[in-house]
Amino acid sequence: MTEQPAVREIPEPPVNPENRPYFEACAQGRLLIGRCNDCGQHHFYPRVICPSCFSNRTEWIPSEGTGTIYTYSTMHRGTPVPYTVAYVTLDEGVTMLTNLVDCDPARLAIGQRVRVVFAKTVAGTSVPMFTPA
Amino acid sequence: MSIRGRAYIVGAFEHPTRKAPEHSVAQLHAECARGALLDAGLDRRDVDGYFCAGDAPGLGPLSMVDYLGLRVRHVDSTDTGGSSYLVHVAHAAQAIAAGHCNVALVTLAGRPRSEGSAGTQPRNYGAGAPDAAFELPYGIATVNGYGMVAMRHMHEFGTTSEQLAWIKVAASHHAQHNPHAMLRDVVTVEDVVASPLIADPLHRLDCCVVSDGGGAVIVARPEIARSLGRPRVRILGSGEAPKGQDGGRVDLTVSGAAWSGPAAFEEAGVKPADIQYASIYDSFTITVLMQIEDLGFCAKGEGGRFVADGNLISGVGRLPFNTDGGGLCNNHPANRGGMTKIIEAVRQLRGEAHPAVQVPGCTLALAQGTGGQLGSRHGSATLILERE
Repeated sequence: MTEQPAVREIPEPPVNPENRPYFEACAQGRLLIGRCNDCGQHHFYPRVICPSCFSNRTEWIPSEGTGTIYTYSTMHRGTPVPYTVAYVTLDEGVTMLTNLVDCDPARLAIGQRVRVVFAKTVAGTSVPMFTPA
Repeated sequence: MSIRGRAYIVGAFEHPTRKAPEHSVAQLHAECARGALLDAGLDRRDVDGYFCAGDAPGLGPLSMVDYLGLRVRHVDSTDTGGSSYLVHVAHAAQAIAAGHCNVALVTLAGRPRSEGSAGTQPRNYGAGAPDAAFELPYGIATVNGYGMVAMRHMHEFGTTSEQLAWIKVAASHHAQHNPHAMLRDVVTVEDVVASPLIADPLHRLDCCVVSDGGGAVIVARPEIARSLGRPRVRILGSGEAPKGQDGGRVDLTVSGAAWSGPAAFEEAGVKPADIQYASIYDSFTITVLMQIEDLGFCAKGEGGRFVADGNLISGVGRLPFNTDGGGLCNNHPANRGGMTKIIEAVRQLRGEAHPAVQVPGCTLALAQGTGGQLGSRHGSATLILERE
């Protein structure tokens, strides 16, 4: 297998007032997740009202940006550039949708350690992706 | 309030087209509605409840009720993707039991084949979807979302591509008898695993067809069902369950069928082992396997062994499924397969399935739908139906 070319055009996320802090942090190379100050649970994707207990006392906290592959799938057809979509379970305990990049898809495995990297969308917004640690 | 025995499916119609570039979508809805009314022996003026999903043209039921020339006193446009139509049947039974209508028409139609839809296209439900910013950049489409489910299932339970392939093999055995089916050639396990890999670990033949078309069913109160002189299909139980990512506690190896199934069985007062025929939503082979486990036809993780060796083939195995060829071989109109799941279950209970696939003496059937995306968030709906 050849290396996965890193030339896929990444679509722009629709940024809105609720999720803007997340993308502002991404621009600074930081991955944020949600945490609730009432129930103490982390959540992803982050939101203002806690999905675990419905409290409004949530905050953004930085993730270490490390985790393991929960599952993944490489798209081989219907795309100009093969790419790998994945769920990564962060060390903070939440699982997020992402892409696995800068890797040979044939050598990926569930349970493999990965770390966050940031990629630019077509409009220049930074979004988190993961690469083997 | 239980809907057990409170309503019947009295009419069903599957549009014969699989490619309809010269039809409008509204016209397909109307042709399906007309077909189902003719099948039931009812008149359009008998309809006083109308159900469609959120993909119906225009402003949902407002546009469609006007277009169809209906005068109704109850509408419902619940949208849980391809499982919507099973939900509609259950909601129609609830509305009938509550006295809100007597005869409910449910329609589905779409032209994804003519419009160039493909399961490799990233899904986009609009910028307002709360998850959009966290998913659109990553290109989660239909097939790679289900691919991730299959990958995780294989990891946790040792499920193999060959076991998944048996699901397509069974569907193809049934589709050979359906003159309307898009794929009528019987395929082997080897054919499936040798077909091109689309999104790991799913091959082209693990995927359903993309087809134009539609379908409709009519739900009516018992007195009306008894007046029609057709075999009577009684609604015994139903369940519905959306399932998502639970705030980041993602568990892709369990579907909403683990909730909708037990609810339906409890209401119906029957067990999985009692079911003689099952329509199981089959957007992909993995979709079928997940639902079979979650409905309790076998234990979680045993699905691969359960579906192997022809166990889903009518006349061969323990659980005859999708005897019309299903979405995998026959038809997946509007990319929403729930309607055709109901229709084939009705055919089986009436004894009107193709003789080569008809389950002898079929009196108890299940129809199961999954809508949206098993890989991110989805709706599950279960119906249990009985030949009276």
